[in-house]
Amino acid sequence: MNIVVCIKQVPDTTEIKIDPKTGTLIRDGVPSIMNPDDKSGLEMALQLKDEQGAHVTVITMGPPQADLILREAYAMGVDRAIHLTDRKFAGADTLATSHALAGALRKIDFDLLITGRQAIDGDTAQVGPQIAEHLDLPQVSYLEDLKFDGDKTFTMKRHIEEGYQMLQVEAPCVVTVLSSANSPRYMSVGGIVDAYQKEVEVWGFNEIEVDEKDLGLKGSPTSVHKAFARGLKPAGELYEVETDEAVGIIIKKLKEKFILN
Amino acid sequence: MDFSLTKEQVLFQQMIKDFAEREVKPLAAEVDEQERFPIETVEKMAKIGIMGIPIPKQYGGAGGNNVMYSMAVEELSAVCATTGVIVSAHTSLCAAPIMENGTEAQKQKYLPKLASGEWIGAFGLTEPNAGTDAAGQQTTAVEDGDNYIINGSKIFITNAEFAHVYVIFAMTDKSKGTRGITAFIVEKGTPGFSIGKKEKKMGIRGSATCELIFENVVLPKENMLGKLNKGFGIAMKTLDGGRIGIAAQALGIAQGAINETVRYVKERKQFGRPISGFQNTQFQLADMNTKTEASRMLVRKAANKKDQKVPYSVDAAMCKLYAAETAMEVTNKAVQLHGGYGYTREYPVERMMRDAKITEIYEGTSEVQRMVISANMLK
Repeated sequence: MNIVVCIKQVPDTTEIKIDPKTGTLIRDGVPSIMNPDDKSGLEMALQLKDEQGAHVTVITMGPPQADLILREAYAMGVDRAIHLTDRKFAGADTLATSHALAGALRKIDFDLLITGRQAIDGDTAQVGPQIAEHLDLPQVSYLEDLKFDGDKTFTMKRHIEEGYQMLQVEAPCVVTVLSSANSPRYMSVGGIVDAYQKEVEVWGFNEIEVDEKDLGLKGSPTSVHKAFARGLKPAGELYEVETDEAVGIIIKKLKEKFILN
Repeated sequence: MDFSLTKEQVLFQQMIKDFAEREVKPLAAEVDEQERFPIETVEKMAKIGIMGIPIPKQYGGAGGNNVMYSMAVEELSAVCATTGVIVSAHTSLCAAPIMENGTEAQKQKYLPKLASGEWIGAFGLTEPNAGTDAAGQQTTAVEDGDNYIINGSKIFITNAEFAHVYVIFAMTDKSKGTRGITAFIVEKGTPGFSIGKKEKKMGIRGSATCELIFENVVLPKENMLGKLNKGFGIAMKTLDGGRIGIAAQALGIAQGAINETVRYVKERKQFGRPISGFQNTQFQLADMNTKTEASRMLVRKAANKKDQKVPYSVDAAMCKLYAAETAMEVTNKAVQLHGGYGYTREYPVERMMRDAKITEIYEGTSEVQRMVISANMLK
């Protein structure tokens, strides 16, 4: 089985601050990490590899420093890593990104394409489904679990608002995975020692199958109008009183705010 | 000159910090309180190769280097010094002497199991009457045909209760003093070999520190490590390497105490403002951090020298001496900055202060390190 996993390097948003004047992210000194949903997608692929054998490829689109997450993926146990990087890809929104990735994926044989549900820097959840559309493949989003049934079909457990949906899907297909699906393995020490001995294939525009007009800024219909930080709420008031008195205080406050009449 | 980590070391640091934070830190207080050996942590470390970092891949190890190994002990000890010393004793005191002195057959037999963490290693040199004066060994090994018969006991042996392989030392010729000591490899379950009383310790309370008892233990000659009567040299060289591990442990403890203190002083308010706003706090923190960073430089330099295969005994002694005394000083200040809360078990700094003390004592006391350093200056 050939599995491809799309991964993205993102700023660790748990440590990020927003510039109150410009509304943009302050990326200085913020560590970059493999996007958590993608990492769970990678773990899902590696579990399939452990269980019944699979060849796992990771692919990322990003600036040169995104090489780090590909090395991390090698240290976790993948077989092949592709770094999609070219000035022509710069300024891409989700649509242009998915075109570039689909262009690369047309060059790779796979039975299963895994992406994370969404990246913690943009939270759009669009790239995975868009790739599936460009490649005209069946897609299942919000995956919690996946089992290979043999004979080219997978049984999948999909998270929906009211519960779960169980699906049987034929390969090749595209899935997007939730970080709650599993707990990704650590890089192994031996894998880390070898990570920089392995080759990361660097692909640019010439290596992929895509129309140039669909790429980068030109291929991006989305533009950011304005970014702003949500204002901080003032500290709440704390009363340590009996229940009856507390109810009275709450009603009084709600009336003051004209929420109750 | 380049002080930066290699790309592999950067990746390694990311992994080991994450592992320590998520797998080791949550157990640290309980392991200390209950004096419990964290066997489940050892299993997790084994799975990803932490029990065999500097062991070559041909023997089943990770094929890493001593700088990475010291970083592992540092990061583990920053959250749990017990876990740090388990890895340090296993790697530096058992796997390393077998790697450096073992026959090919011994390496093939022991290293893959030690590297994979299936087996835990320990080291037995200290005896009730032979601490710093290692030549005062009472344990004897008497030749008997194809075997040696071992009698005696060892004390304060880290990992003892949970180990499968022990590198131990015994007198093979009492008349020769240090030149009459030989090293042997003993396996768990060998008839006549047993584990004695477990020590109740001030710190590193989760590491199983016990007595080893040898009563007419018959060891085949192939269990001799290195040559007959060359054990003292093996012990001293092994301890040189071990000192890098303990220095890294001390460094980790100091860094861990700083991390806790920085968080605390920003939260704790007195006289209407966080205590981080007082210059006394700021100056204390600056001193703590500067000394700890100096420890780190000494540890990395010694580890790097070992990796370069150049003599590093003095560097190992210096990093152990400095890092241990720094750990004691830094943890003491950390408790002081925490005030009354720091003296309670609600905060980890009192544990760190108790853990720090042993680093000035084991694998050569600070006094021994000063002897090693000055002897080299005056020779």
